[in-house]
Amino acid sequence: MLKVQGLCKRYGDTEVVRSLDLDVRRGECFGLLGPNGAGKTTTLRLLLGLIEPDCGSIEIDGIAVPQHAREARMKVGVVPQMDNLDPDFSVCENLLAYGRYFGMEKSAIAARVPDLLEFAGLAGKADALIAQLSGGMKRRLTLARALVHDPDILFLDEPTTGLDPQARHLIWQGLRRLIADGKTIVLTTHFMDEAERLTDRLAILDHGRIVAEGSSRALIESHIEPVVVEVFGEGLADWTRHHAASLCRRFETVGETLFCYLDNADTVIDALKHAPTLRYLHRPSSLEDVFLKLTGRDLRD
Amino acid sequence: MIKHLRLPLLSWRFIPVWHRNYQVWKKLAIPAILGNLADPMLYMLGLGYGLGSLLPDIGGMPYITFLAAGTVAYSTMNAATFEVLYSSFSRMHVQRTWDAILNAPLTLDDVMLGELTWAVTKSLLSGLAILAVIWGLGLFGNFWMTLWIIPVVALVGFCFGGMGLVMNAVSPSYDFFLYYFTLVITPMVLLCGVFFPVSQLPALLQGVSAWLPLTHAIDLARPLVVGNMPDNILLHVTALLVYGSLGYVIALAFTRRRLLR
Repeated sequence: MLKVQGLCKRYGDTEVVRSLDLDVRRGECFGLLGPNGAGKTTTLRLLLGLIEPDCGSIEIDGIAVPQHAREARMKVGVVPQMDNLDPDFSVCENLLAYGRYFGMEKSAIAARVPDLLEFAGLAGKADALIAQLSGGMKRRLTLARALVHDPDILFLDEPTTGLDPQARHLIWQGLRRLIADGKTIVLTTHFMDEAERLTDRLAILDHGRIVAEGSSRALIESHIEPVVVEVFGEGLADWTRHHAASLCRRFETVGETLFCYLDNADTVIDALKHAPTLRYLHRPSSLEDVFLKLTGRDLRD
Repeated sequence: MIKHLRLPLLSWRFIPVWHRNYQVWKKLAIPAILGNLADPMLYMLGLGYGLGSLLPDIGGMPYITFLAAGTVAYSTMNAATFEVLYSSFSRMHVQRTWDAILNAPLTLDDVMLGELTWAVTKSLLSGLAILAVIWGLGLFGNFWMTLWIIPVVALVGFCFGGMGLVMNAVSPSYDFFLYYFTLVITPMVLLCGVFFPVSQLPALLQGVSAWLPLTHAIDLARPLVVGNMPDNILLHVTALLVYGSLGYVIALAFTRRRLLR
């Protein structure tokens, strides 16, 4: 459905996207994970043909981008990172106006509006103004707007950034419905739980390059030990010096927490019983551990 | 900049963009039309009768007729300019409406052509309102001749719409537009024969005036109000077309650099 080979984009001396390969299958939900500035949004803009790549090729459903970007965009629905609903229009008018950009007749769009509003949980809000909607409602309307021309593939750029947990769950519910309907989804996010819940496969992007790719379970299995014990509290430095190297298969200290990665936590937990000032958290390792291992723990701005 | 400069690819996809702006305008159509009528009306009645009663005829026409012809060009220039400066800037930069549209199968060429044709429409509305005042007050020589003012007004809208889009493309904020008004629009109003004949100016300024698009607009509009065929029609029409087209192409390059990088 989406094939990308050797894609790259440079701004001056900065390589924002470096020889990127992607192969997203029809009906798949594919995640692009990465810290801020990893090149996620630039990649999406390249895929839409809004900017020209410096090298590489893109095909959406067999259509070459950017050469035939117009035809390709007919098949794509986009949920941008920043809301850009039309504030001069009501909820319903937003959908009508957007459908026109795809060359649809007014009657054809109007026939889809009730379903789209129902999907977005905005059934009673057709005549509401955009300024009257909550953040979650705006996001859902943006998602409905992206579906107005019934696209085969959806590009979602951080669809739940800035939403409260309830609103995020509603968006996820909607996305799962779309996946069940057979839509192909490409989603960028920096939320691990979002990626774990929704995506079939994902790629972790850092400095414009894919550093790992696969299902979240496969990534956890292949990149990291199955169990983590996080240790914190009084006397951590001493304990780390004396025990960490011998007890943990791999460890790192971040701020005032020791992350101890293991196959089996029993011996560490036994040892910790002799250090009453320390507290610990024992948990299975997650995608976040993989992400932090691969992209580092330094702050990205 | 140079790598963004190329001939625009025109397509009919600009129509939904025009239509979007029309739908929004329609919501406030009545006050908009009243504003279109009231503004030039006040000018013409106030200056035309008030000041005009103190003045002799100009080139054989009463001052109010002279002013009415200037106002046709001046108001339609303003209508297009305000549209592509403040309103287009809101849609492009503040509301990010253009970004949303660019995710659909439209190009920036389409979006900006939609904005330009909408500016032409606003000029037409404003021009028709003034024409109605001219008809109502009987300020014309030959009614049928005044109908030619309608295409002239569209041309003026195209010219200043295209020029204004360049400002829109390079502006960091609304405040920036003041430079354009202070340095381009206001001098043009004073140098191009809106309120008094260009022949009153020193020779040097007359030379400058001959190159300004508003002069060409007025040279077309004023004879038509009085009931004569303008001289040098081809020159004036070409000048307005060239200013407008160059503006559109340059604006497209700057906007491409701004939005699509």
